[in-house]
Order: sequence, then C-alpha cells, then structure tokens
Amino acid sequence: MTSPTPTSIVARYDVIVIGAGHNGLVCATTLARAGRSVLVVEAAAEVGGMAITRAFAPGYRVSACAHLLHQMPLALVRDLSLAEHGLEFAATGLPTTSLGADGATLQLATGGTPSAAFSPNDAAAWPAYHARLGRFASLLHGMLAAPAPRLGTEGWSDKLALAKVGLKLRLLGRRDMREFLRIVGMNAYDLLEDEFKAPLLKGALAFDAVLGTNFGPRAPGTVLSLLYRLAAESAAGSSPLAQPRGGLGALTAALARSAKAAGVTIRTNAPVAQITVAGDRATGVVLANGTEIAADRVVSSVNAKTTFLNLLGTEHLDTGFVRRVDHIRSRGIVAKLHLALDRAPAFTGVARDALGGRLLVSPSLDYLERAFNPTKYSQFSAAPALEITVPTINDPALAPAGHHVLSAIVQYAPYAITGGWTEPSRRAFTDAILATLEAQAPGIGASVVGCELLTPLDLEQEFHSAGGHWHHGDLALDQFYMVRPVPGATQYATPMAGLYLCGASCHPGGGVMGLAGRNAAVRMLEKGA
Amino acid sequence: MATTNSKRHDVIVIGAGHNGLVAACYMARAGLDVLVVERNDYVGGATVSRNLFEDYTYSNCSYVCSLLRPEIMRALELPRFGLQIIPYDGGCTMMNDGNHLALYDNHDALRREIARHSKRDAEAYDRYSRDVIRQCKFIRPLLMREPPDPTSFKPRDLTELLYLGQRFHNMGEERMYDTLRFWTMSAADFLDEYFESEIVKAHFAGSSIIGTALGPRSPGSAYVLLHHYMGDIDETVGAWGFARGGMGAVSSSLTASLQASGGAVRTSAPVERILVRNGRSCGVALTSGEEIAAKVVVSNMDVKRTFLDSMDAEHLPEEFLKAVRRFKIRGSSGKLNIALERLPQFPSIPDGAPSIRGDLHITDTIEMMERAYDDWKEGRWSQAPYVDMLMPSQIDPTMAADGKHYMSVFVQYCPYELADGPWTDDKRQAFGNTVIDAIARHSPDFKSLIRHAEVRTPWDIEQEVGLTEGNIFQGELTMDQLMFNRPVPGYAQYRTPVKGLYLSGSSTHPGGGVMGAPGANCARRVLTDLGRSA
Amino acid sequence: MAANNTPVPHYLKPLLDTPFHARARVLSQNDSFVPWAGYSTVDVFTTAEQEYFAIRNAATLFDLTPMVKYRINGSDAERYLNRLVTRDVRKLKVGRVSYVVWCNDSGHLIDDGTIFRLGPQDFRLCTAERQLDWLLDSAIGFDVRVEEVTEDIAALAVQGPTSCYILKKFGLAGVERLKPFELAEFDAAGRPVMVSRTGFTGDLGYELWMRPEHALSIWDDLMAAGRTRGLRAIGSQALNMARIEAGFLMPNVDFVSAEHTIRMNRDRTPLELGLGWLVDFDKPHFNGRRALLTQKASGLRRLLVGLDVDGNKAAHNALLYADEAGNHEVGSVTSAMWSPTCKRNLALAILDAPHHAIGSKVWADIYLNRELVWERRMVAAHVVERPFFAPDRRRQTPPADR
Repeated sequence: MTSPTPTSIVARYDVIVIGAGHNGLVCATTLARAGRSVLVVEAAAEVGGMAITRAFAPGYRVSACAHLLHQMPLALVRDLSLAEHGLEFAATGLPTTSLGADGATLQLATGGTPSAAFSPNDAAAWPAYHARLGRFASLLHGMLAAPAPRLGTEGWSDKLALAKVGLKLRLLGRRDMREFLRIVGMNAYDLLEDEFKAPLLKGALAFDAVLGTNFGPRAPGTVLSLLYRLAAESAAGSSPLAQPRGGLGALTAALARSAKAAGVTIRTNAPVAQITVAGDRATGVVLANGTEIAADRVVSSVNAKTTFLNLLGTEHLDTGFVRRVDHIRSRGIVAKLHLALDRAPAFTGVARDALGGRLLVSPSLDYLERAFNPTKYSQFSAAPALEITVPTINDPALAPAGHHVLSAIVQYAPYAITGGWTEPSRRAFTDAILATLEAQAPGIGASVVGCELLTPLDLEQEFHSAGGHWHHGDLALDQFYMVRPVPGATQYATPMAGLYLCGASCHPGGGVMGLAGRNAAVRMLEKGA
Repeated sequence: MATTNSKRHDVIVIGAGHNGLVAACYMARAGLDVLVVERNDYVGGATVSRNLFEDYTYSNCSYVCSLLRPEIMRALELPRFGLQIIPYDGGCTMMNDGNHLALYDNHDALRREIARHSKRDAEAYDRYSRDVIRQCKFIRPLLMREPPDPTSFKPRDLTELLYLGQRFHNMGEERMYDTLRFWTMSAADFLDEYFESEIVKAHFAGSSIIGTALGPRSPGSAYVLLHHYMGDIDETVGAWGFARGGMGAVSSSLTASLQASGGAVRTSAPVERILVRNGRSCGVALTSGEEIAAKVVVSNMDVKRTFLDSMDAEHLPEEFLKAVRRFKIRGSSGKLNIALERLPQFPSIPDGAPSIRGDLHITDTIEMMERAYDDWKEGRWSQAPYVDMLMPSQIDPTMAADGKHYMSVFVQYCPYELADGPWTDDKRQAFGNTVIDAIARHSPDFKSLIRHAEVRTPWDIEQEVGLTEGNIFQGELTMDQLMFNRPVPGYAQYRTPVKGLYLSGSSTHPGGGVMGAPGANCARRVLTDLGRSA
Repeated sequence: MAANNTPVPHYLKPLLDTPFHARARVLSQNDSFVPWAGYSTVDVFTTAEQEYFAIRNAATLFDLTPMVKYRINGSDAERYLNRLVTRDVRKLKVGRVSYVVWCNDSGHLIDDGTIFRLGPQDFRLCTAERQLDWLLDSAIGFDVRVEEVTEDIAALAVQGPTSCYILKKFGLAGVERLKPFELAEFDAAGRPVMVSRTGFTGDLGYELWMRPEHALSIWDDLMAAGRTRGLRAIGSQALNMARIEAGFLMPNVDFVSAEHTIRMNRDRTPLELGLGWLVDFDKPHFNGRRALLTQKASGLRRLLVGLDVDGNKAAHNALLYADEAGNHEVGSVTSAMWSPTCKRNLALAILDAPHHAIGSKVWADIYLNRELVWERRMVAAHVVERPFFAPDRRRQTPPADR
C-alpha cells in the first residue's frame, strides 16, 4: 500500500464512513463500539441525510422525506440507546385513516380489524389475512436482519444461511408454505381482490404495497413489497407508526450523539470527491477541498451507482460489473409536498385524534393503478395517491402557535417527466395535489401560507441520491435480497478490497430501518475489519 | 364411434384439444382403453383448421406451431399420421413512419437490418440471444417433468427438488443470479439491459404480451417472452412454423395416432357432469343424459370449467374450491380470420424481402403496447392494438386457392368483459373495425381485398371452444401460477382431490401454447398410478 | 460481374463484398467464396498448397478487410484501453502496434486483436468479432469515443520473404526500415496507405490499410510490382496453415468468445490459452484481473499447447487420452495440420493438468476416411514448444529482398 503524501494526511482511521444518513451512522456506531476508530464524512452541513427536519417556510419545520418512523427495529433503537441520546416520541401507535369520496373514511388502527359495520365480509376475512401475513412478515424479517446468502459458493456460511431460509420456510407448515410460495411473486391487486370487498380498505392496503416502488398495484411483486414493509414493522415493536418529537431529524440527531458517545468522529460540510485506491485496495477518501484522509477500510452509505461510477470510478472495476451497476433502476417516483397552514386542517369525516395519524388518499385499487399509469409515459399522476400527516397535531413546536404543517408523500412523480420539471409543470403538479387535498379537506387551500414541492429531481440535488430514489434503487423482485444491489457487490463487500457499502442500495434496502448499516458493520467485523 | 353406456372404459378424456389427445394417445399406446369425448362436432379444441368461407382454411384459434415438443411428435408418430411442420423466415414490425424492423434468419442480414436502427443494438443482439438461449436451455428439460411439491417430504418430491437444485447450481453463481432476475423482471426492463432502439425493444417485447393480461412493463413478463422462444424445430431454438394444412393437422394427426392404437373419439358429446362415487371419479354424464363409466377420468378442460362447472362442489374441499375460484384465467386476446382476394400490399415491407411471409406486427414503441394494456385494464379493447398477423397461405398451398390468401390476426388486448356491458354484435364489429383500420393504415388495398372476416372476442372463444374467458393458456402465466403453483399449490402433479380424476390441459404445468407437454405429463402420471409403464 | 451502382439490399444479399471483390472474383479459379465477419471472401483461389508455399517462399496478397475495426479516441482513450486489455497500453508508443487480448469479469477471453497507436489518445482496435456493445459498456465513466469503421478501411496483407522487396518496388520508399510491430504512413502515388509490419503468418510480412476507393488500383499496382517475384492472391485456407505453424490462435476454432458461450465451462482464460505473456499484472486494473490473479494462484487445470503428433495424418478434432487404450480422456485437438515446411504433424490442443507440461506424452484418437472406409488410429503425441515455425527473416530489419 502506498501512502498519500505526508503533507496531506490529516489523520488515519480504521474506517471512513461516507454519508451521515441513518445507515451510515448506525454502521459507524456499531464499528466504533467494536473498538474501531471511525470517521464519518458528510456532504451536508448537518447529519441525517434524507432523515432530517428542516424549515421549508419561515417558522415551519418538517421532516424532509420520510415523516414517520415505523421500520427501525426496536432492538436497534434500544441497543443504540437512542432514548438516552434524546430521542423522544411525540406520538406512537398512530392510526391510519383511508379517505374516500364524500367524507367516507375507514380507520385502521395498527394491526386492528376494520370495523364490521364497514363491510361484514372484510371484517370476517381480516383476522385470518392479517395473521397469515404477519407470519410471513416474521419469516421475512429474519431475512432482513442478516446478509443475504450468495448462491453457488463453496462458503459454508452461505450454504447454512440458505438452509436456514429453507428451514424457516418449512417451519411455516405445509399450508402456510404453499400460500407463501404462491403469493410472494403475486400482485397486491389480485391478492386484495381475492380477500376483500371494500374499495377503501383495498386501496389503503395496496398503498403500502406500492409506496416507494415504481409499480402500480397490478404489478406482480407488489405483495412482496407489502410483506417487506410488514416485516420491517413487525420488528419495530407493537406500535410501529411513530412520530419522533422534532421530526425524523431528531432520530438522526440521536443517532449522531450515540455515534459520538461511541467515539465516532463526524465531519460535516465534507463532501467526498473520490475514493482513493492503491495496490488493489481502497485506501481512503479525498474530499472536495482536496484533503486526503487515509483509512484501512472505506464504507459508503451513498447509493451504489454513485459510489461505483462516480466516487470510485469505473477504471477500478470490470465492465460486466459496471454494466450491472449502470442497469440498477433507481429513478425516484415519490414526491413530497409541504404546506404551512394558518390553522388546523379539517378533513371531512376525520376526528381530531385521527388527524394526528396517517391519512391516506388511495380510495380504491383502480384509483391507485390510474395514478400509476401516467408515470409509464413520463407524466405525473393527475390524481395522485397521498400519505398525509399533520405533524403539528402531535408536535406543535414545528410551527408557530396555532399554525400547522401538512406533510404529504405523493405518488406518483417520475424523476423525469416529458418537458422536464419546470416552474409550470411544478405548479401544475402542486395544483393537482392541492385539488386532491381540497376534495378531502374543503377550504384547506385558503389556509396555505407556505408551500414546498420536492420532486425526485429536487431530492437528488438536495440529498445526492442518484435518481432521487428513497430506497436508493427500486424495490423489485429482480433487485431484492441476494441480487441487491448487484451480483458481485452483495453482502456489503465490493469487488474493490477495502471498500464496502452500507446504504439502502444494499439488502434489505430502504425505509428508515438502519438494518443495512447494521448488517454491513457486523459483516465487516466478521470479515476482520 | 359406437359406444354404449354399458361399457366401462379404462379412461375417459374430456375434451379433444391437443393436450387431451396427446394424453389419450400415450395412454392408448400403453394398452388402456381410452375414449375421448368432445362437445363440438369437430376435434381439436383450439387447435383446428376450419372451412368457414369458400375453400379458405382458417387456423381460427391457434395459428403457429413452434412449441409442440419434438419428443411427443416422435413418440406418437405424428409425422406418420400426416403432421408436417414447415418453418417460416423472419417477420417484421411495421412502424407508423413507414420504416420497419425485419427479423431475418440469416445472421448477417439480421445484423445489417438492426444496424439500420442502431449499430450498437445490432451487436448487442448476439448477447441478447445468448442470454435467452441460456435460459431456454435451463428451462426446456423442466417442461416434460412433473413439478415437485416443495412442501412434501416424499422421496420423489425431494429427489426432484434436488434435481432442480442441482441443475440450477450447475449454472454457476453469475448465471444463477441472471436466472433469478430473468424470472422476475419485466420484458421492458430486460430489453433495456440490451438495446437502445425503441423499435428493436418493441419488436422483441411483442412475444412477452401475447395471450397474457400483463403489459410489457409488468414484472414477470420477461419470462413470458421466453415461453415463446422455447420452440424448437429441428434443433433450431426459437424457430416457428406452420402445420401444413393448418393447426387442425396437429389434432387430426393426433386423432389418427389415437385410433391406430385403439383409442376412440366421440364428437358432439358435451359433458354435463363428472361422476363421482365414494370420493372416486367413475365416469361422465353427457348433456344427453347418457352416462359413460370409466376407471379414470382425465379432464382436458381448464381448472375452472372442470371443478366449478362440471362437478358437484360437495366432492371437493372448500379450500381447494377457493383456490380454483381465485385462479386467474383472463381473456385478453382477440382473433380475426380473414379471407383475402389476393396478397395485400404493405409498402413498408421492401420488395423481395421474406418478411411478408412471417409474422407481421404494427407498433413503434413498448409504450404503445403498454397503452394498449391500459385500455384492457379499463375494460376496453385497445384503441391501438398490438397485432400478430400471418398469411400462411403464402407458404402452405393447402390453405387457400392459388393467389388467394388467408390471414390470421391475433390481437392484444381485448377484454372478456367490457366496462360498458356485455359484448354485442355491434361491439364485436367495432372491435373488428379497430383492428382492420389499424392494418389498413399500413396496407392501402387491404380493406378492398377482404372477402370474409371472422371476428372472435375472448367471449366468443369461450362460447365456442370452452376455454374460460377465451384465455389461450388456460390460466395466466404469472409467478403465482407457474410450476408447483399451477393450477393449485399441492395439486401441481396432474392429480386432483378426487381420486381417479386428472387434469391434462394447459391449466397445469408447464402451461399453454400448442406444446402437448401437460398432456404427456398427465398421461405419465395416470399410467404410473395405474401401475403401467408408459 | 459488373459492378452495380445501386447496392443489392441486405435481405437479398446478406454478405458484403470487400473493395477487392472484383479482382478476387476474376482470380478465383474455384469460385470458392466463404462468409467471414459479414463479408464474402475467398477460401481458395487455386489450390491451398500452392498458396501456402507462396507464403513461405515468395509473397502473397490476402484481403483482410473483414477484420472489424474500431476508432477509439478522446482524452481517456489510453486509460480506457488499458482497462480493457490485459497488456500495458501505456507502454505502447505512438506509431506502434500491439497484439492484445481482452477478457470479461471472470477473466475469460472475449477476443484477441491488435491495437494501433495512431496518436497520444488516438487508437485503432482490430478485432475478429463485432463487439461494439462490450466496447461501449466498457466506456462508461471514460471520456472516449468508440466508433466502428470497418467499412471505411480496406486492408491487404502482403506476406512472404519477398514482400518487402515488392512493397519497395510498388513505391513505398523506406518501408524496409519498419521494425516488427511498427507502423508508418506512406503516399503511394497520391494514395495514402498506412503500413504496419504485422501479420498472421509468422513470416516476414506487412499489412496495408487504405481507403476503399483506392483498393483496386493498389491491388493492381501491387500485382504488377510482384509479378516477377511470385506474388499471388491467397485465400483463408492457406493462411490457416501458416498461422498454425506460427502458433497463432483462431477465434471459434481454438477458443469461443466468452461473450458467445452458451454452455458451462466453454470459456477460456488467456492463461489457459497459453497467452499468459500478454497478461501484465503490474499495470493498473484491467477487466478480469482479479479473476486471473485467483486463477494464477490456484494453478491451471487446463492449457492450450502445441503437439507434435506421430505419423503424418493430421489429428483433426481428435480426442486426447493419457493411455493408449483410450480410457482416460485428457483433452482434445483444436487445430491440426501436416506442416509441409516443418515436415512435422502439428496440432494445437487443450490438455488437462498435468498432461500439458512440455514433453508430456498423450495419445491422439485419429479417424481416417480411406476411400469411404473409416479407420481409427491411436497415435502418440508430445507436448512441444510453440511456435512451430519461426524464421529469422520475420524479425530482420531491413529485410532481405528475397
């Protein structure tokens, strides 16, 4: 290994982590607790990556991307002592309300049964459906919390891991196993049509199946994304839908404090220009300002495409591998709308206590599918599906007294639309979302005093995430588990010795879950880091 | 064809479609007394040649023969009984700007043709066909095997699972991942990994949507693409051909083969009910009231018709019935059969190119095909349908008088049920006109040459042939309905909850197309269960 | 056949004619044309033996226009090629040519070919197979332009002991100063010609690269210049004999490109093909490097070697055995010939370890068709050094006139 020129060495670390998002921080803390000297370098002025809280209008603050915490395993939250490091919840166990036309609503408490009054058929079908999917989710969760095995290797650990998956599948019992193997590649549309009658219920359940994916509910594979979400939630404790006090930024702030307590050094305003290589291995990073920092290992929480194609550079990689990386589908599909309101919004048919929860505008399977259709032709949804929270109901400090913030996750908004995301098209999309909101909360438009739309293009620019994709790459069967992010870079190692991945590009993927970071660190330590 | 209701047969096969006949042939050859009962007054089911107008022969349902397994043709001596498969060269996709992309058999001609659209794609084509052939080679041997039950601990299932695992493992790490991805990707995403030209991608994507209620962007559609590459005529992977005399030649040669080994077919004998006594099937009752007894009943009908329409529910476990009800058999394809005065002109196909003798398509982009699918989802026939046109009379002289031509037009998408109510004659006519207008835009004299046109919606196909929703595969080819999931998890080995009742249609593994594999696999299962060697 | 101004479309005539086609058509006594990389080329003009002896004794013209040519330039061209191929392109000087191979990620050979360095960041890559797809995917992350220029350049190989003399007589003053693997631009009576001292015969020889419109007149002038020194046109059969003697590999004969293999274990690495001397592990990363390092460390399970086979019957397609009884199969022959010059029965073969060591003895299972009666011979063969034939004149600068 050749050393950088002495003048440029500022320090030398065991590990440099690129990116102080939640996965980078979890990975750093885990490594530091195992006694490694760890430096986290972050391009932005603050830690948090996409999980930050920031002002979008004077006096109004909001979680910039995800606005609820529901996927981070409780065990991880405890292990990292996040409560001791300041993480508080403004509310937990939030209910979900599915909003229909003409004030029809359907409330779904977490794990709860839809009321029989709504649809006797659905109320009767629910318990079995919910229990079965719960069993499948816990099967999957075991797979999320460990590296995906590689196929066809001589390594006994891979064979053992595969055998474990097979065994767990068998342990489901014959009926469940058959059902699992049947539905795992299926679409949410058909599964829900087979089970339920009420459009409002089916629409709401399907929304969770397609959130963050480039699919409509008719796409095969959406049952898997639904199970994936349930699997993460099942590990997040009994009341997973939670709202951190101070927004998601409070979570990453606590993660950062936990990291520092473990001895991690965090440098913000430190964008990495290049991962350095000498003697066939990664030797550190060069920052945009020219500073070289050396380390035995570099682990990137940046998405795989950017890490390999930009930070490392293709000259260190083989063409076939680069081809695979280039083919990762990572174009975002989700937009975010933030509204500053001068009063509390009034959603028809939604009581005040439900207003603090999650409101869904996905009134039917066909509504959702129709929202998806235009994205195939590079158009945004004219009638989008929404996940709405009003975080100020539970956490008034996010807005001036008496005022409120509305945070909406909007599907679907393609990364690239015909004609591009210009001012007129942004305006048109904002209007489409506001019209959808107005139908559910008449008069809300008049209460808007500030507004911010974040398209996937905006997210890419603000958070350095290729394609502005929340999950750093589509959650799809062909980009899942042992082929995530690409064959040749699974199990958090890369073809470049000394370079690892720990972001949402890796198994098990996105959501504010932290498992990619945790799995990566564990794997590195096992392999002698 | 004399059959008395006093005689007890070894086996009754319900439905003289190609799979039913294949199953019957194998069983008759093994020495069983086999009777095939068919509701129509002709054999063949959807594998037929019909004379509906003058002396034109229509392959009015299935229209090409590529998937029929050579080992079946050989074992049942179909060539001896008159079956002749004639390959055809190429085909092309016509674009709306007058350009086109042709697929030539000659590798150099093909490369130069693709290079007209993209030099890079011309050279990427070799990688594409290599990868598709690799997948074909992996999957082909599985077609003629019973899928194992992954939940079973029986030695036979475990052995078969091990065999599959070993075959998969032998591919090596990289190709195993490629295979996993291939089975789960959309055709559009798969093609994006090879090609840059829209027309090149659109041309290849065509075979991913034929007969399915998926769009080219639906995950899982890449596999369907393979389903149409699986055919092999004389060692040429992916070759397509006509049955000389129309697709009816397949069923007539099967019938002759069956009769030569002592089996019989009774036409105009619709089955009212499958008879079950003490949990065992014991024969069938015809709509005429006649009952025919048999030790074994093989249903070549699709799984819904078999269990929901032809049996009393009391004989079946509730869970099984639920699974049958939710099995997806969706009508998504229409068909036009057209008698033409002479060969129509297609100005975008150059003079002297062999393309006109192959399959002709009209599209520019995958996006157009996806929009056609969106129409179907909304309960409309596609306003700009994807068509697969062929004029076999150019190659097969038996199909029409000299100079006249028969055109088969397969249309994707056409729903079984329309959003605005049931099919009517007017709507059928309007659907036909949509298709004819789409073709006429590429052929100025086409309309004036039409002497007769038969327009078939999925509803019509169901009424006549008996396929639920007119689905040509007796069930969608999606991941939840393939291999050990087809047709019902736990019943993928041609048996049913009723002892002595078997399924031989393409509702079973490996599914549809004129392949014969389900029929052959079913016969093997029956013979094994009866203690006979095949 | 008269030249037609409107080209016949590809669906009627898939193969292209080379710019020399008109002359080849006249000289081809057997009318024996074969497809080669999308072109129609001559297999044998008169007899393969006569043509072969001209290579070793006088001089020959061979039309190599179908070689696939890529122009590669841009500020990263050198870095790009250095990542593509296994040799160190940084060491290749402007005005020189290098024989190279390149691999996929698993270290398996995609193709072999030659790189011409025309300028600091300006190269020509000559290959046997078309592979724009691979070359463009390899360009991801590099500032480089890759363009296929096969049809823009006509090429002729002038090979044999009198080749230098004939080129001088043709008018290429100073061509005798070209060292092996050097290239230079010449003006042949107003026709620009690039000459490289390269070839596929293992003998003294040159390759001429020219504009297609000058092809016929250059052919005619060369023929006129060479008439008294035995210059004749040769087809691919004679060339194939010469290349076996020289120990050169032929794609799709001695190996299958890793981009084309369908079955498992049909790919070959350069180490397995005996091309380890082309693999430079000391240069920066190149495609397949990690896999090749692993293979190098674990040892070769098979190797392509030269064989000296007993008797005089060429061992075409022979299976090779460790024992005379033919119980223990250890490999197979990929190319074989009776060498008229060496008077040896030669073969190239893939052999399993440990049978590939120099001096090892194996048995070749040879089938002979003797007036329609097939006979089988089990013949001893020994692993020997390659090349089988390497005359000093191939390197001599300036070369002798005859």
